[in-house]
Amino acid sequence: MPFACIFVPDFPVEALLRAEPELRSQSVVVLEGKAPLQKVFALNEHARRAGVEPGMTKLQVEACAGLALRTRSSLQEAVAHAALLDCAQSFSPRVEDAGCDTILLDLGGLESLFGSLSKIARDVARRAFALGLKANVAVASNPDTAALAARGFRGETVIPAGKESEQLGSLLVQVLLESFCDAQEIEQFSETFSRWGVRNLRALAALPDVAISERLGQKGVRLQQLARGKTFRTLVPVEPPLVFEEAIELEYPLVLLEPLAFLLGRLLEQLCARLSTHALATQELRLRLKLEQGCHAEEIIEPTAHVETDAPARRGRVQARQPYCESESRKIFQRTLRLPIPMRDAKTFLKLLQLDLKAHPPGAPILNIYLSAEPARPRAAQGGLFLPPSPEPEKLELTLARIAGIVGENQVGSLELLDTHRPEGFRMKRFAPEMPRESVSRKEDKPAGNQEKANAVTALRIFRPPLRAAVTLRDGGPSRLACSGHRPIQGEIVWAAGPWRSSGDWWDQEGWARDEWDIAMQEETGIALYRLVRDLLSGGWYVEGTYD
Amino acid sequence: MSSPSICTPAALCHRPIAFAAKDGPALLLERLSELPRLHGVVPASRLEVRPALEMVSSGISEIDQLTGGLPRGCLSEICGPASSGRTSVLLASFASATQREEVCALVDATDAFDPVSAAAAGVDLERLLWVQCGLPNKKHDQEEDSFSHAKKIHSKERALTSEGKNYKLLERALRVTDLLLQSGGFGLVAIDLGDVPIQTARRIPLTTWFRFQRAVEYTTTVLFVVAQAPCAQTCASLLVRLQASKKLSVFGTQHSEQKKLSPTHTQLLEGIRVEGELLRSRMERKPSGSITAAFLTKTRVS
Repeated sequence: MPFACIFVPDFPVEALLRAEPELRSQSVVVLEGKAPLQKVFALNEHARRAGVEPGMTKLQVEACAGLALRTRSSLQEAVAHAALLDCAQSFSPRVEDAGCDTILLDLGGLESLFGSLSKIARDVARRAFALGLKANVAVASNPDTAALAARGFRGETVIPAGKESEQLGSLLVQVLLESFCDAQEIEQFSETFSRWGVRNLRALAALPDVAISERLGQKGVRLQQLARGKTFRTLVPVEPPLVFEEAIELEYPLVLLEPLAFLLGRLLEQLCARLSTHALATQELRLRLKLEQGCHAEEIIEPTAHVETDAPARRGRVQARQPYCESESRKIFQRTLRLPIPMRDAKTFLKLLQLDLKAHPPGAPILNIYLSAEPARPRAAQGGLFLPPSPEPEKLELTLARIAGIVGENQVGSLELLDTHRPEGFRMKRFAPEMPRESVSRKEDKPAGNQEKANAVTALRIFRPPLRAAVTLRDGGPSRLACSGHRPIQGEIVWAAGPWRSSGDWWDQEGWARDEWDIAMQEETGIALYRLVRDLLSGGWYVEGTYD
Repeated sequence: MSSPSICTPAALCHRPIAFAAKDGPALLLERLSELPRLHGVVPASRLEVRPALEMVSSGISEIDQLTGGLPRGCLSEICGPASSGRTSVLLASFASATQREEVCALVDATDAFDPVSAAAAGVDLERLLWVQCGLPNKKHDQEEDSFSHAKKIHSKERALTSEGKNYKLLERALRVTDLLLQSGGFGLVAIDLGDVPIQTARRIPLTTWFRFQRAVEYTTTVLFVVAQAPCAQTCASLLVRLQASKKLSVFGTQHSEQKKLSPTHTQLLEGIRVEGELLRSRMERKPSGSITAAFLTKTRVS
C-alpha cells in the first residue's frame, strides 16, 4: 500500500510568500523575537546563498543587501497549514497531520482514480503550488520512508517497494535526526554518529543491529530501521472541521480601501481555490478587520476562542487552529455578505465586498484581515431553451449591490405584504426571484384575440410622505381642499365618497385610526381623483395618494 | 484600346485592376461600369426587412388591440396627466409579465408605488424588483451608523431646493436604469416618472433615451416609461397618450329634484374611464389617423 508525504521546506517563509508571491524570486528572511533581540528563524534558498544563517541577529542580517525581512506570523502559518491539509484531502480521505510542514497521505486504491504514483506525486505538488506552497512530494511503501524522502529530496520522488534502503542511502544522517528526534536527541546522536564517521543513511543501515542496540538503545535501533526503510505503521488520520478561513497580518496599518481591495482579492482567490478542492461553494462570506486600538470603531465584538485539540506536539509543529484573536477584547469591524445562491467566483466576491466597504467604511486603520466562508453545496441549475428570461444570479447580485450604493440599502428589493390593514403594511426584503419552474410557451406572449377580457384594476399612487391638507367641511363631508408643498393641490371638491373608517393595533402602543375619502377635483388637465385621509388620533388631514 | 474581357467574379477577386496613369477618370468610370457585380455585396435596395418584433400582452385587451401589445427590445412610453390610468396600465403590464414568470423591475423616481394595488392587480411581488429613488424615510435615517456618509448626504439633500431635489431623484433613477439594463435578463423594466414635473422630465437629454433604447435592442426586455408628457421623443417605438374621461365612473343615486348628489357615504368610486390614443408606433409604418381605445378600470375594495 503506497503512502505519500507532502513536505514544505522553509515553511514559515512559504507561509508568508502565499500573501506575497512576488518575493519568491528574492531572498526572504523571517525574523522572530522582540525587538531589538530579533533573530533569524527561517530563510529561503536565495537568502542561504547570500550567506544568511538561522540564529543571526537582525543587525547582522540588515548588513546584507537585497534581503526582504519579514516578521514571523503564526497566524499565516496556521492558515498555510490548513491549505496544505485541504490539498492533501483533495486526493485522499486518509490524511495524517504529521507537522506544520508535513502531511502524510494513504494512496491505497487511488492509482485507478488518479493514475500512476509518479503522476499522483506531480499532481499533488502542482495542487500545493496552486495554493501558494512549494512542496516536496515523496511516495513510498511506508509512511516514514515517504516522510524521509520528502525531507531529503527536492521535487517529486517515487521509491519503489523494496528499494527503500537503496534510495535513502544517499541522504545525510542529519535529515533522519531532524525528522524523527527532538533537539536533545539530535545533539546526542549527531555527536555519536560524527565520532563513528557515519555520514549518510547507507552507512547507518550497514551497521550491525546488535551493536547499535547495545550502544544507542531502542532509539538507535529504530533510527537504523528508518534508515533501511523497513518500518511500518498505520496512519493516524485527522478529521479537521471544514473551516475555510484566510487571514493576513499587516506590517503597517492600512488606511486606504484600494490596497485593502488588493489584499482581499488575494485572500478570496485562495479561499475559492480551497473551496474548489472540496467541490464546494459558499453562501456567506464573513469579513473581520482588526482595527488599530485607540480609534473609534463601529462595533466591538468579543471574539470567541477557536482552539482545536491537537495531536501530540512534535518539534517545529505549529499548534493547529490557534485562536485568531486572544481572549482579551479587541476592536473588530465585521461585515457579513449573504448571497442568494452558493457561488465560487472570486471576482464577484471582491466586487461585492468593495461595494459594501464603500458604503460602510471601517473608520479606523486596519491591522489584520480575516476572511471566512461558510461552505455550501454548489448550485445545480438546469438551463432550458424555452424558459422565460431571467437575470444571472451573480450579475444580479452585483447590480443590486451597485444600486444599493446609489439609493441606499433599504431602498431596493422585493416587497412582502404584511398581515395587517395598517397603511404601508409591507416590508422590503432581499430580491431573490425563483427560477422559472416550467417553460412558458411563446404563444402565450402574443396578445390573443380570443383571450378573456380582463379589466384593469384602478391603481393608487402613494405620496410619500402624505401631503398635509387643510380641508373645509360642509354637511359632514369635505368641500374644499388646500394642500401646499412640492405638489400644490387646491380647489373645490366636485365629488366625494366616504368616509371609510379603519383602525387597528389599538392593543399596542402604535394604534391607528383613520377615515378615508375618495374625492374628485377639477384641475387644468381634467378631473383628478385623490384619496383623502383623516387621522382620527391627531385630527390632521392628509392627501395620501392619487388614483391613476 | 481594347475593352477589358468580362471576368468571372471568382477570378476578379484575385485580379487587380490596373489603369495607366494617362487614362483619365472617365475611362475609370467606364471600366468600372463594365465590371460584373462584385460577389457577396448586396445592394441597399435589396436589404432584408428587419425581423418582426416580438409583442407581449400589456395585460389590458383594449391596449393590446390599440397597439398590438408591447414590443420586446424597444422603448414604449405611456403619458398622461394624473388620474388618466397610466399606473393602472403599468400594473397590468407587470401582472402580465410576472404571470409569464418573467422578472421585472420598477425604477420609482418619486416612491409612488403602492404594493396593495399591485397585489390586487395580480402582480407577483416576488418577481418585482422595486427601486425607490426618493429620499429614505426618517426611520431609516436614525438607524444609520456614524461611520457611513449617509447622514451627511441626507442633510445635504434636504438642503436642496425642490427643483434641485427633482433633478437629484431623476439622476438616481437614470443611473439605476442604466445598471438594470446592463445587467440584463429582465422581462420588463419600467421607469415611473409620473410625478416628476414635466419641465424636469423633459430636461433628460435625448442621448440618454437613445442609450437606453440601444441597451434593450436585440434583447427580450420591454422598456416602459410612464410620464406626464412624452419624454423619449423619437427613441420611443410606441407612444400612447391616456386621459381620463370627463365622466366619472361612480356608483350613487342622484336626487333629480334637488339636483344634488346623494350623501357621500352612499357614493362609491367604481373606476376610471380611460381613453387612450396611439401617437406613434414603429411596428406599423405609421398610424392611420388617430387610433383610440377606451377601457374602464375597476376599483377593488380591500
